[in-house]
Amino acid sequence: MDLKTLFKKLDFMAECRKYGLGFWQCPNSLFLMMGVIIIVAMVLTYFIGIRLVDPEVVIATVCIVTIVLLVIGHSLVNSFARVAEANRMKSEFVSIVSHQLRTPLSALKWSLDLLRSKRLGEINQKQKEYLDIINESGIKMIKLVNDLLNVNRIEEGRFTIVPKLFSLSTVIEEMVNELKLMAQAQHIELVFKNHPKGSDIYADEEKIRMVIQNLVDNAIKYSKKEGGKVEITLNKEKDKFIKVSVKDNGLGIPAMVQKQVFGKFFRGDNLVKQKVEGTGLGLFIAKGIVRISGGEMNFDSKEGIGSDFWFTLPVPSKKLIKNSEQKP
Amino acid sequence: MDKKILFVEDEPNLQKAISEVLVQEGYKVLKAADGEEGLKVAQTEKPHLILLDLILPKKDGFEVLKELKADEKTKDIPVVVLTNLEGIGDVEKALSLGATTYLVKANYELEDVLKTVKSQLKE
Repeated sequence: MDLKTLFKKLDFMAECRKYGLGFWQCPNSLFLMMGVIIIVAMVLTYFIGIRLVDPEVVIATVCIVTIVLLVIGHSLVNSFARVAEANRMKSEFVSIVSHQLRTPLSALKWSLDLLRSKRLGEINQKQKEYLDIINESGIKMIKLVNDLLNVNRIEEGRFTIVPKLFSLSTVIEEMVNELKLMAQAQHIELVFKNHPKGSDIYADEEKIRMVIQNLVDNAIKYSKKEGGKVEITLNKEKDKFIKVSVKDNGLGIPAMVQKQVFGKFFRGDNLVKQKVEGTGLGLFIAKGIVRISGGEMNFDSKEGIGSDFWFTLPVPSKKLIKNSEQKP
Repeated sequence: MDKKILFVEDEPNLQKAISEVLVQEGYKVLKAADGEEGLKVAQTEKPHLILLDLILPKKDGFEVLKELKADEKTKDIPVVVLTNLEGIGDVEKALSLGATTYLVKANYELEDVLKTVKSQLKE
């Protein structure tokens, strides 16, 4: 650690400045002050104690110190509320902006659809090329706005799921069939190793599909350009969890950045270099969905060898299976 | 006879592109820019289908839907909700109030909307 990072760590107000909080509103500085006052009070009490044996003086000192500490404690509680409020306002801002963006984006997309459908007349090749570029950018913006709204919902605990019983194997099989040709075109082999003994889970099918799609898309993106292989495996863990793992033999994630993978806007260095598309929000959302569904998500990765992203989902109880069979 | 479609939408830019396609496909398009106007047109013109936004001035889409379904004259007209609200609560509320289909604007292409309209009017 060099001197610069050491000084940065000592700057206890850095976090608060991010939220625009002053010295008296910042929990960090208030805690520090409380600590200093306690130490000074103890030293003072010691000196007063050896010089004056008057118990009244000692009690009075203790009372004054306690009152000061109570006042600081009070502003400490307030300051936490203020940090929470600042954070809430920030996510509300993102949420409002995203919603407001969707209406003009829809108008843009539909007008483009209209032009590209040639309903308004023929367009020449060059015009089509540029319309396609606008269209592609429009789709990307809509995806980003949708992702931002999802991140917001996850952070505020407003992300709702509509669970039902469905077969995970079927969902993965369908997806593999859809993506196989696309993968083959990039010389990537896509394999699915199913688990023979049932894979029914109780979760939100559409959202879980989003999670698997995200992992498989990532695996294909990161794969080697020649001889790439993506392997999806379904497993049962102690009959309590179903584990889905998506393994690639691609670039792998350097140990240094492995901790940030599930953070917002994370994009691997090698990703930026290779100009791979993406918003950097996919894994954050995927992990959020898995958690809400009662599972866990994590990964193992070695740079140059490949990554193995996996998640678990709870196996539904027999009672639950029976109940949902009765009312189809 | 041309089938009549009422499109209740307060954003003119969104209204324009869809109306254009519907007119090309041979439908007669009636437009309303707020909830009250939408209800009035629905009652006087009795369209074959209503495309309804949810966030509307004067009366919001949920309210319009409720009143449409409460009125003998309009309760059988199929209503396709076309909106950018997509909370689970919103979808459930609109469907329970009697909407036939729920489309989130940002996630559908123009041709998808047209397909939905066509399949609704065939029945």
